[in-house]
Amino acid sequence: MFNYILRRIVVMIPVLIFISMFIFFIIQLPPGNYLDSYVALVSSQGETISGERVAKLEKRYGLNQPVYVKYWKWVKGFIFLDFGNSFQYDNASVWSIIKEYIGFSILIAGSTQIFMIVVGIPIGIYSATHQYSFGDYFWTVLGFIGLSIPNFMLALILMYVGYFVFGLPSLGGLFSEQYVTAPWSIAKFIDLLEHLWIPVVVLGTSGTASVIRTMRANLLDVLNMQYISTARAKGLKENVVIYKHAVRNALHVIIMWAGMRLPQLISGSTVVSIVLSLPTLGPIIYSALKSQDMYLAGTVLLFQCILLLVGNLIADIVLGFVDPRIQYN
Amino acid sequence: MKTETTNYNVIDEIEESPQILSRRQLMWRKFKRNKLGVIGGIVVILFYLMVIFGGFISPYTLEQKDYSHITAPPRMIHIFDEDGLTAPFVYGYKASMDPETLQRMYELDKNQKCYIDFLHKGEEYKFMGLFKTNLHLFGVNEGQIYLLGTDENGGDLLTHIILGGRVSLSISLLGPLISLIIGSILGTVSGYVGGVVDNIIQRVIEFFKSFPRIPLWLTLAAALPAHWSSLRIYIGIVVILAFLGWTGLARMVRGKIMSLREEDFVAAAVASGSTGWWIVRKHLIPNAMSQLIVSATLSIPSMILGEASLSFLGLGIRAPMTSWGVLLQEAQNVRSIALHPWLFTPALFIIVAILVFNFLGDGLRDAADPFSS
Repeated sequence: MFNYILRRIVVMIPVLIFISMFIFFIIQLPPGNYLDSYVALVSSQGETISGERVAKLEKRYGLNQPVYVKYWKWVKGFIFLDFGNSFQYDNASVWSIIKEYIGFSILIAGSTQIFMIVVGIPIGIYSATHQYSFGDYFWTVLGFIGLSIPNFMLALILMYVGYFVFGLPSLGGLFSEQYVTAPWSIAKFIDLLEHLWIPVVVLGTSGTASVIRTMRANLLDVLNMQYISTARAKGLKENVVIYKHAVRNALHVIIMWAGMRLPQLISGSTVVSIVLSLPTLGPIIYSALKSQDMYLAGTVLLFQCILLLVGNLIADIVLGFVDPRIQYN
Repeated sequence: MKTETTNYNVIDEIEESPQILSRRQLMWRKFKRNKLGVIGGIVVILFYLMVIFGGFISPYTLEQKDYSHITAPPRMIHIFDEDGLTAPFVYGYKASMDPETLQRMYELDKNQKCYIDFLHKGEEYKFMGLFKTNLHLFGVNEGQIYLLGTDENGGDLLTHIILGGRVSLSISLLGPLISLIIGSILGTVSGYVGGVVDNIIQRVIEFFKSFPRIPLWLTLAAALPAHWSSLRIYIGIVVILAFLGWTGLARMVRGKIMSLREEDFVAAAVASGSTGWWIVRKHLIPNAMSQLIVSATLSIPSMILGEASLSFLGLGIRAPMTSWGVLLQEAQNVRSIALHPWLFTPALFIIVAILVFNFLGDGLRDAADPFSS
């Protein structure tokens, strides 16, 4: 097992090197650089910026150097968590920005994950044990609709309903205004919970739908197995048959799915975070891309790739624990 | 005499016995049994008819802006007035300005009835991009007909939705098509040739699979130069959406080809002297085709969603083209939805399109394997 994990991690390193090159290549693609858009912004505000100052800034950011120099500038500090500096956030280090936002990204993704499993699995079990009943059809159709509504649209609908039907204050963000900069306290935590449910429901709806469908399909497969007939034949109670024999064996796929889903949730929340103005990595990468803040955009994208790779690895490891039939050699 | 009757019976029996169905017929039979899939298929066809004849069905053109009716609310078609049944008409708009908020207000003008003129001669457009005509399915000779209201530039929302659907739906068709071509070529090569080639292609696929989809789409879309024409941007978006889609298809094709390669009919083809290319083209690809098409169909909803998200964020389709995502940009905040809820109708079209493609894909998936129960 330990060997297996080690080998997977070693394989990851060259992949990540390729990924970082590829990312840097795309980030460099658009013509112009941060300074161009900065100069355009300043002059649109009616101010002028001297050529001398531009040259100075260019030198400071190393913008006029060839691509490979810029790339090296970016990657050489990786081991020390130095990912260069952001342009638009006043030259703050990229790592400090990521550190500030990644926590909320993981918090939202984690809460969504729990929401999906807590809601999806019981409904999936119900649907499978009551196949073709009214409830089963009801959840199937609802699940299909949940899968079909784009997340950002659901966010807009929820904001609309919350504001005009229930008279809730603005639902964007994760905190009310007075708590944004306040230190952590119980009141702030409660305020967070009051805001957290919106992104969780928005992000979790489509995932819950697929948990329901996967759970239903798997449980139905397992319920057709001969050992289930045997369990029933030897007189076990129906609840014991379902929960102890069937559900346990149907859970594998959900566990694997959940592990791969977590990093996807972090990157998948990008659009929703922008719409709901959540303090996560989503709006950061969006504004970084728009203003060509290349080190910041590249690093956030790289982080999301790393999370994806690590998530897949964790999913494989956990699956090995849950299902002893799987061998890693 | 007696033997003759028996003979007749035998012939009758043979004629009444179930005929042998081809694989395609079996699939069709199985598909028809899935009601949701059939409904999905019909609505998908209607959607495509709507966008193919978009210029004819829509009462206006994209260029027509009515600056005196900005964000006008939708109007219902009436066939009854005070005197009973009449020709179909819509009521006119009485515009006013709220003195406090400076908001435009529109009231129902019961005095003005705009009668619908079928096969109306309106603004000129190019029918299916082939020839110019000014014939529209319906329109009004005087007054306005905004069945779904107007947007913030005074454009007819119905017209924009129909013509925007042309972009949204064609992208979601072209994207999977490109994925399908790349995926089946690389998957076939990988599965049939094997060895080093297979290894390299599999590593490339793993490389692409380690990118998170939405952030990569955003990054690539942001890399499209601002000075590009809207047509080039359109092509760029198609390529971006297909960029990650082919990997799953290639994996699937590879698996299928590898299992088919061991089948007896391939051994027979080899024994009778077929070349590798012939076997791939005549035996392997046709056998993998149905599953390929199903996977491509199942990837359409995420393409629709991808285009809508990118355009919604302002990184996708650009003016003068329009798409459902572009139209939703106007419904970006709660305020505008609250004041002009009809600006949200493009969302309805997106949801319905994704829903029916899901139904269709699900139906096709079941039908692709006609021998399973």
